[in-house]
Amino acid sequence: MSVSTDGHTVKRYDQQLGDLRSLVLEMGGLVEDQIQRAVQALQDEDLGTAREVIARDHVVNGFDVRADEEVVNLLALRQPVGSDLRLILSMAKTVTDLERIGDEAQKIARMVTHIFDGSSAPNQKLLRDVAGMAKLAANMLHGALDALARMDVDRAIEIACGDEELDTEFQSALRRLVTFMMEDPRTIGHAIDVLFMIKALERIGDHAKNIAEYVVYLVKGKDVRHVSIESLSAAGKG
Amino acid sequence: MNQPNTLTRIEDPAMAEIQPQQAQPTFSATEPAPEGHRTVGKITVDNPKMSARDVNVYYGEKHAIKHVELDIGTNEVIALIGPSGCGKSTFLRTLNRMNDTIDICRVTGNISLDGQDIYDRRLDVVQLRARVGMVFQKPNPFPKSIFDNVAYGPKIHGMTSSRAELEDLVRWSLEKAGLWHEVKDRLEQPGTGLSGGQQQRLCIARAIAVSPEVILMDEPCSALDPIATAKIEELIDELRENYSIVIVTHSMQQAARVSQRTAYFHLGDLIEVGETEQIFTNPEHKLTEGYITGRFG
Repeated sequence: MSVSTDGHTVKRYDQQLGDLRSLVLEMGGLVEDQIQRAVQALQDEDLGTAREVIARDHVVNGFDVRADEEVVNLLALRQPVGSDLRLILSMAKTVTDLERIGDEAQKIARMVTHIFDGSSAPNQKLLRDVAGMAKLAANMLHGALDALARMDVDRAIEIACGDEELDTEFQSALRRLVTFMMEDPRTIGHAIDVLFMIKALERIGDHAKNIAEYVVYLVKGKDVRHVSIESLSAAGKG
Repeated sequence: MNQPNTLTRIEDPAMAEIQPQQAQPTFSATEPAPEGHRTVGKITVDNPKMSARDVNVYYGEKHAIKHVELDIGTNEVIALIGPSGCGKSTFLRTLNRMNDTIDICRVTGNISLDGQDIYDRRLDVVQLRARVGMVFQKPNPFPKSIFDNVAYGPKIHGMTSSRAELEDLVRWSLEKAGLWHEVKDRLEQPGTGLSGGQQQRLCIARAIAVSPEVILMDEPCSALDPIATAKIEELIDELRENYSIVIVTHSMQQAARVSQRTAYFHLGDLIEVGETEQIFTNPEHKLTEGYITGRFG
C-alpha cells in the first residue's frame, strides 16, 4: 500500500483533487448540521426549524450533483490511478451516503412536523430514546468525516465497529415503542412517527459506517465492506 | 468508542493533514534504490516462458540494469514501465540479445528460454531471435513489397518448401496481424507506402511469420494515432493466445489496458512487479505510486 503525499506534477490536478475533498467535507458539515437541527427541532418542539431543515435538503442535493460532476470530470480528463483513483472513488461513494443521510435528516424533520402539528402533544416517554440515538448517530458521522479528513484508518475502524452499539440501541428502542403501543393503542400514531425517526437515526449510523469503510479503502486499498468486525479490525493492522 | 460530546462541524478540510498510515520506503525519485534492494511483489509465475535471474547490464562503467530477477509467463502480456533511462528497454533487449551489437555493453546473470540459457555460447543467436521476435518503436519495414516483408524471415529460415506454402504463411501472418483485408489486393506494393499504423502491423506480421514464442515490443504505438494504437492493442490481446508478449510503454493507460502483469523499473532497479490491476489501483512501493500518479518532480 502506498499513499502519495508529494504534489502531483500537474498542479491543476492536485487542485482539482483538493477541491473535491473540500466539497465533500463541506457537504459533510452541512449534513451534520441538518441532523443537529432536526433533532434540536424535536427537543424544542420547533416547527419552524423543522421546516427549514426540510427546505434545506435541496442544498445537500446540490452538493451531490456538484461533487458528481467533479468526479466525472476527473475520471474523464485525468484517468486517475493508484491513490488518486481510490481518493476519487471514495469521495464519489461518500457523497452518495451523505446525500442519503441528508434525506434521513429531512425525514426526522418531517416527523417533527407530524408530531407537533397535530391536535395532541406526544407522550414524552415515546421520545425517550431519540436524543441518545441521535447523539450516537451524529458522533459516528462526525468521527467518520474526521477520519476522512485526516485519512485516519484507526479512527475509521473504530467508527465502523461502533455501528453495532447504535443497532442495539435501535432494537431496544423498538421494543419499548412496541410495548407502549400494546399498553396504550392511542399512542400508535405518535409511536409510528417516532419509529420512523429512530429508524432514520439507525440508517444514519449505517451510512457513517460506510463512509468509515471508504476511508480504509482510500488509505489501505482494502475493501472492508460486508466483512466481520474481526476482519475489519485486522484491516487496520495489515 | 471515544466520542465527542457535542455536535460540531468538521474542521476546515484545508487544514486537515494527510497522514499516511505506515512508513514508506525512503527512496528518492532522483536517487537509485540502495544496494541490496529487493523487488516488491512476486517475480515468479507458475508457467514461465523466460526467466531472468540476477541480470546486470553495464554500458562501459555505467551499471544500467541491477540484479533484475523476473519471469515472463507463457501466454501473458507483461508491461515494463518506468521513467526514461530506467533500464526497461535495456532489459527488453537482453531478452533476445539485441545488446550483443553494442560493443561496450556487458551482460551478466542468467536469462533462460524454456529453461535454456540464451547467453550460452553454443546458442545460435539468429535462431534465438526467431523464437524471441521484436517490434520496434518506429515501424521499420524493409524496402521491399508487402509480401516480401513478411516472406523474408520464413525464406531465410527455410520454413516453407513451396511457393504455395509461403503464400499461405504470408496470408496467415497478415491475417493474424489484422492487416490482410487492408493489403490483400496490393501485396506487391512497397511496405513503406503503408500508413504508420499499417507499417507497424506489417512489422508484427513479419515478426510472427517466423513462429516466435515471445514477442518483444519496444513502445510499439508511440508513433501512432489513437485509432492505429487501438488496433495494435486489440492485436496484442489476440496474440496473447499464442505468444508471450513483453511490451515497453510510456503510456500508463496502455500498460493498464493491454497487460496482465506490470513491472516498474527505476534507475536500473526493478522496483515492483505485480498484477496490472494491483499496480494501478494499489501499488505497494512509494516509487511506483509516485510514477503512475505523475508525482515525480
